[in-house]
Amino acid sequence: MSVLVYTENWDGQFKKLSFELVSYAQTIASQLSTEVVALSIGTVNDDELNKLANYGADKILKLDTPDYTEFNSQHYAKAIAEAAKKEQANVCIFANNIRTRAVAPRVSIKLEAGFVSGCVASPESTNPFIVTKKAYSGKAFARVQIKTENKILSLNQNAFGITENAKTAQIESFECATDSSKAKVIELKKNTGTMSVLDAEILVSGGRGLKKPENFTLLEEMSDILGATATVACTKPVADLEWRPHSEHVGQTGKVVAPNLYFAVGISGAIQHLAGITSSKIIVSVNTDKDAPMFEASDYGVIGDAMEVIPKLNQALKAFKENA
Amino acid sequence: MKILVCISHVPDTTAKISFVDDNKNYNKEGQQFIIGPNEELALTSAIDIKEAKGGSITALTVGETEVEPTLRKALAMGADDAIRINTNPKDAYNVAVQIAEVVKNNDFDVIITGRESIDYNGGQVGEMVAEILNIPSISGVNNLELEDRKAILQRETDGGVEKIECEYPLVFSGQKGIAAEPKIPAMRGIMMARRKPLNVIEPINFDDTTEVLEHSLPEAKAACTMVDAENMNELVRLLHEEAKVI
Repeated sequence: MSVLVYTENWDGQFKKLSFELVSYAQTIASQLSTEVVALSIGTVNDDELNKLANYGADKILKLDTPDYTEFNSQHYAKAIAEAAKKEQANVCIFANNIRTRAVAPRVSIKLEAGFVSGCVASPESTNPFIVTKKAYSGKAFARVQIKTENKILSLNQNAFGITENAKTAQIESFECATDSSKAKVIELKKNTGTMSVLDAEILVSGGRGLKKPENFTLLEEMSDILGATATVACTKPVADLEWRPHSEHVGQTGKVVAPNLYFAVGISGAIQHLAGITSSKIIVSVNTDKDAPMFEASDYGVIGDAMEVIPKLNQALKAFKENA
Repeated sequence: MKILVCISHVPDTTAKISFVDDNKNYNKEGQQFIIGPNEELALTSAIDIKEAKGGSITALTVGETEVEPTLRKALAMGADDAIRINTNPKDAYNVAVQIAEVVKNNDFDVIITGRESIDYNGGQVGEMVAEILNIPSISGVNNLELEDRKAILQRETDGGVEKIECEYPLVFSGQKGIAAEPKIPAMRGIMMARRKPLNVIEPINFDDTTEVLEHSLPEAKAACTMVDAENMNELVRLLHEEAKVI
């Protein structure tokens, strides 16, 4: 028996999310008195792979044959299911992110495993196997029992956190032949420069209250002052008006984010927006309307015009950063 | 082109939610149910395809008679016929098994779902259906071009933007971008929807793999600490010393 965790990489590098997943798998493995096997697909060097051991991986399977260079959900699902069988893993752990959401449901069918997505904690019990997930776009939690022998869980980013648990892991090569697939990636434009809103630890987000696209320079300035882990985000109306790119849209139909710090500037707090951000650890709102629903969802609030408040806030942040 | 659009029947986004039966079940009392926002766009994209290329659109949902108004709305928007699989959907796996069974008995070229339903936010069903049928699936599509023998689908992933070429039959899940705005049914569409076929299919035997035992609501957030707009140093101090996030 073991717990298998699929650790995705980005150009050969793991992210905080990968370590969070291994930490989560380690907690479940200790509940089940078993080991953690991490599976990496694609080219990742051994130093990078060994990082997974710091968070509790007992064994690391690497699958880096050329046919896996391109992401294909059918190929990846087959490899993950084969690895699970080989390692007699009856719990498989995935991230609840865009790519793995394409793979985990397929693995679920292959292993005839009940699947709970968007888990927010480790299982409260393993027999019966009961875990809590978010439901209704963050407006509720559901306690769900998995009834099948094999189980699949996907974890929401930043829901569990990282716990170090250093082990010495062996790295083992793993191979799995691919079947032919009728889907083929014909173009891949990688994100360059700007950090994705999904990865940022601090989001400086603006709504229509900023009145015009040029005013977002104030938020860009703020994001720069806050450092490399910060980036700019926006609401749906702002993306629809093309003041900002759609990739920055956070909310129910955009990206669902969970940063440490979320600044909502000139955002009234429509329920569709809140559905995408309520997992943020700390929320700060700046709004002219003292009755804006955004304040109800916030930890800190400032009533005032963004055009007056943000320059002052930027100045204060700059002074703080210079003295830090 | 034969298109199947799988629709979720979900409480309105703005619904204030509560639970009944010892918090096991959603309290439907006085609630407005809608076509999920992602599926509304998915259906709109199917209508766009049909207008450009011809073909037919079948709207499908899994549920008891209460879901029929949602299917009628899909018919009013422009679906040609509808299928209701007569069972209360409680488990994505089981729902996928039921839908796959319908697809096996019909030759759909394209099966479309929404990126995720807004009740359980699983985003699982489409991929599971594809796996059962052993056909490709592309999730989170925000742009597509359909050619005679293949489709070119675009999606944004965590690392960038991918364009994928895929032969039929295929499954994809749609999200914002796939259609401009959800189609609003016209009066003529609403009248016609009453006469369009809505077929009820009995489910095949399959045990749920998961069961929701109980729901709970998040703890109320502590009151928002207001900071004077003239005192941004204080806000910075609170974020550093109290919240410890900078």
